[in-house]
Amino acid sequence: MISLAGRDILHGWGKFALTGLGLGLLIGVTLTMAGVYRGMVDDAQALLTNSQADLWVVQKDTQGPYAEASSIKDDVVRSVRGMPGVATAANVTYLTMQVQRADGVEARTMVVGVEPGQPGAPGYLVAGRQLTRNHYEAVADIKTGLKLGDAVRLRRHSYTVVGLTQRMVSSGGDPMLFVPLKDAQEAQFLKDNDTIVNDRTRTAANPAFNRPGVPGLLDAVQNLQTSSHNVNAVLVQLQPGWRADEVADSLKRWKHVQVYTRAGMEEILVAKLIATSAKQIGMFLAILAVVSAAIVAFIIYTMTLGKIREIAVLKLIGTRNMTIASMILQQALGLGLIGFMVGKIVATLWAPIFPKYVLLTTSDAITGLVATMLICALASTLAIRAALKVDPAEAIG
Amino acid sequence: MNSMNTDNTNTGGIRIEGLRKVYGKDDSAVVALKNVNLVVAPGEVVGLVGPSGSGKSTLLKCLGAIIEPTSGRMTLGEDVIYDNGWQVPDLRALRRDRIGFIFQAPYLIPFLDVTDNVALLPMLAGVGNAAARSRALELLTALDVQHRAKAEPSQLSGGEQQRASIARALANRPPVILADEPTAPLDSERALGVMRILNQMAVRANTAIIVVTHDEKIIPTFKRIYHIRDGQTVEEAGEGRSLD
Repeated sequence: MISLAGRDILHGWGKFALTGLGLGLLIGVTLTMAGVYRGMVDDAQALLTNSQADLWVVQKDTQGPYAEASSIKDDVVRSVRGMPGVATAANVTYLTMQVQRADGVEARTMVVGVEPGQPGAPGYLVAGRQLTRNHYEAVADIKTGLKLGDAVRLRRHSYTVVGLTQRMVSSGGDPMLFVPLKDAQEAQFLKDNDTIVNDRTRTAANPAFNRPGVPGLLDAVQNLQTSSHNVNAVLVQLQPGWRADEVADSLKRWKHVQVYTRAGMEEILVAKLIATSAKQIGMFLAILAVVSAAIVAFIIYTMTLGKIREIAVLKLIGTRNMTIASMILQQALGLGLIGFMVGKIVATLWAPIFPKYVLLTTSDAITGLVATMLICALASTLAIRAALKVDPAEAIG
Repeated sequence: MNSMNTDNTNTGGIRIEGLRKVYGKDDSAVVALKNVNLVVAPGEVVGLVGPSGSGKSTLLKCLGAIIEPTSGRMTLGEDVIYDNGWQVPDLRALRRDRIGFIFQAPYLIPFLDVTDNVALLPMLAGVGNAAARSRALELLTALDVQHRAKAEPSQLSGGEQQRASIARALANRPPVILADEPTAPLDSERALGVMRILNQMAVRANTAIIVVTHDEKIIPTFKRIYHIRDGQTVEEAGEGRSLD
């Protein structure tokens, strides 16, 4: 038996291909939206993986350092190092800020203060070297646009890029800029000179801190006010054989801090931090699916209406309803298949130029293909219904 | 015209007795056909003429098993197909296998080539692709359009399209062919050419052909004519003008 659908498609392939192209662009947007969500999840997981930590020690009753602000004293790390099961522990600070490149262009980055060679430092480099000095050096993710030797300004100081790394991003997708911990603490916690002067004046004017009989009190208070001995978290690596839950419980009990395992931190980043974004993308996907269905339904319906006379002739000469329905269904599925292929290709082509990471997975592609086929099959029902209603007598007039 | 290699296996033609068709019920009932009697023998071409609204289209639809008559009797070949109710279980198969249709316009399927337009009917009847295409080529050769076998319908002239549609009507060797104004869009010479083909085909395929028309150019060519007026048929002898 002749494939009526195939012949009809070949007969009007230009129109069919253009329609498929239009649908494909829409499917491409849908796949990209799914890729944006996957990219957000992957960014969150990359952030956790790249930190090389088994435990995150943060301020009590917070979900820091990524989802909420967290501030703990930088000497907490010493007592953490002494806990059973802890192999290494290191302070880390995170600060999202605009940094200015040498060419004057600003880049939104997450500035990470790390102790060289400790957890939190970049695990690998694609060029240059790791941080070796305690000041004014930086390692940048290549997505910042910085190059080796570039100078970048953070607050009061200029930093030289000595190494480049890759795929080191915040949960929001901002590329990381690693600097020595001390510098990062200053950038995050130290106030500018004018504010310091003002604060000193204000404190000195306060009789509670400036008592004639207590020399040294004012200096002590003012030193405290300008102190930058805070960090956002302590990253902990465990000794082999120790369970993360076990060490976390012990730290929580004795150190009065909040401790998260990798699973707990993933829960915060994926289920909480990007939950609203995921719902937003989910809504987009649902709307795009409905729009795609409406477009396919409209196109197939219009194509069918354009063939009413032929369908009447086919019915008159004895073609079964099933054959006619099958022809329309095959055309809808054919359109969906062309659309999906175009969509997959364009999504693959334009994904790398998106500013944030777009992760196109095979499982999403398979789900997308199945969904496209289902939507097309569903969308063809309107046209099939119209075709089955055609009276064979219309061929006679 | 090539020698027509069509099987001469049809017998009986078509017989209509006391056919009646009423649309609607009670007060809104419209009697389209009152008492139609008609006999067409195998190998015969008869005309069915009448003014607009006389019931021509309704009769054609009843004969073509598209609508159900209200009462009467229809015999196709030796089989009673309607006797105050359809006597065949599958009207679609009846139309496909035993009734050929030729329309006012050729209405070839635009996305099939000429061969497949003709071969589609045997294929729908379950004949294999190769055999169906072979049958199609046989008919296209008989109707002198074999050189356009691979062309799309839109590439054919009006006359070639009409010959291809005649080949399609013949494809399943039906005992009866219903032609609805087959010459309406054609000039005089081509209209007579189509009538010549229909007459040759009727004889060689032993098929009964009913031509519904009000085309003055071809009415003189019928040997017998049924006039339909107010839903009733009246038989008349035609001029039977030669087509040679």
